[in-house]
Amino acid sequence: MSKPKVGIYWCASCGGCEEAIVDLNEDILRVVGAVDIVFWPVALDFKKEDVEHMQDRELAVGFVNGAIRTSEQAEMARLMRRKSAVLIAFGSCSHMGGIPGLANLNDAKTIFDRVYHQAPSVVNTEGVVPQAQTKVPEGDLTLPSFWDTVKTLDQIVDVDYYLPGCPPPVKLITEALGAILEGKLPAKGAVLAPDISLCNECPRKDSKPDEFSIKEFKRPHEIDIDPQKCLLDQGLLCMGPSTRSGCGAACVSGNMPCTGCIGPTSRVRDFGAKALSAIASSLDYRDEKDILSHIEKIVDPVGSFYRYSLPWSMLHRRASDFDKKGALK
Amino acid sequence: MSDSSMTNNSFEPRIVAFFCNWCTYTAADLAGTSRMTYAPNARVVRLMCSGRLDPQFVLAALREGADGVLIGGCHPGDCHYQEGNYKALRRYKLLKMLLRKMGIDDKRVRLEWISASEGDRVQAVMNEIVEDIRKLGPLHLESWKYQGNLAAAQELSDAIKGVAYV
Repeated sequence: MSKPKVGIYWCASCGGCEEAIVDLNEDILRVVGAVDIVFWPVALDFKKEDVEHMQDRELAVGFVNGAIRTSEQAEMARLMRRKSAVLIAFGSCSHMGGIPGLANLNDAKTIFDRVYHQAPSVVNTEGVVPQAQTKVPEGDLTLPSFWDTVKTLDQIVDVDYYLPGCPPPVKLITEALGAILEGKLPAKGAVLAPDISLCNECPRKDSKPDEFSIKEFKRPHEIDIDPQKCLLDQGLLCMGPSTRSGCGAACVSGNMPCTGCIGPTSRVRDFGAKALSAIASSLDYRDEKDILSHIEKIVDPVGSFYRYSLPWSMLHRRASDFDKKGALK
Repeated sequence: MSDSSMTNNSFEPRIVAFFCNWCTYTAADLAGTSRMTYAPNARVVRLMCSGRLDPQFVLAALREGADGVLIGGCHPGDCHYQEGNYKALRRYKLLKMLLRKMGIDDKRVRLEWISASEGDRVQAVMNEIVEDIRKLGPLHLESWKYQGNLAAAQELSDAIKGVAYV
């Protein structure tokens, strides 16, 4: 009997997710013993045509990492969906938009102006900017179109499961592969991680106060971080209370606050709003002026609360209220 | 909210109001029984306390078609649950900061302390927020999920822009 086939593809991502698969170490031998990896552009020489020639749903499992921000990525996402019996969004970017999703604070024009004209290290005297279509004597050359808005995988195609994290922790990958091989996957749409807050597995749990009363917000480089004490109680923006567990509190164990890469539990629809709620209510002030002077120390609220989930958020991208008046800031 | 906010080119703002049970909702009741008239644009949702207002509710209202959100709670020191309105105030201030960064005029979201006896204040605030938001115009949020044919939608938007890249 032939082994089940698996395909892995990447869209707008950094390659860290592929690294996480390699981080399975010896376990990867068990995986390739059980399945055939028939498509993985980062590691193996198979082409798009090989996938196109497959039967629909021929891949037992398709993993797609990375957000969707070009027409080519959307096309590949649709191809992977068609050829996979089970499609899994692998990593924060395909799950919630991830770091590339923060580009939704801008649009394609602003990004291109910055990258090809304004960035201090750029020398582009001829003003060359990539075009979707370029006429050359031999014919038309084309490139994929670059969208204004970054999308999550499930905003483009139907997704069966989500393997969260930036990148997904090896433990979660191993558990998910085990569940797939044993046919013990949960109901469709599930996030393959424990459905409980990170604080629950935090090694600093015992120092978490019943009621927070944060006097001042701090940034990690501004203080000598106590390696034992609850990070939120030290005034650091730790996303632990609103983040799902499953990573073994890796960042917190490294003496850095959680940034929320795994996303929220199933009871939360908008990660940033929930994180904002938890952090704001923990502040110890009642007077409007005091509150304002302290929250203003949060220098990048969107980047802090929606670091991995802007495209997945209810607002999805920057709105246009200020654009009309030309005061884009 | 399936009804259109644009009728015959005149814009009628849609407001979602979250009022606390003990003060502002009672004040709205008083305004009603006192036969006070005010702009009918708000859909009022009663919460037990303004401290129950999850910022997700505000974003969900905006996402589902509201042009503005009004939050009503007890005056500082008067919260039925001691602390709820202070928590609401802190969340509200941070949410406003976030909304500005997300390109949404923060005048669309407003918090007011209105006690149970201030029916006239409900009347005044309702009229004010409707006028403020009428001036701002409708809130446009890009659709979250492509409903139809993505390729066709993208081709169309590329075609409209002329050049796909810039």
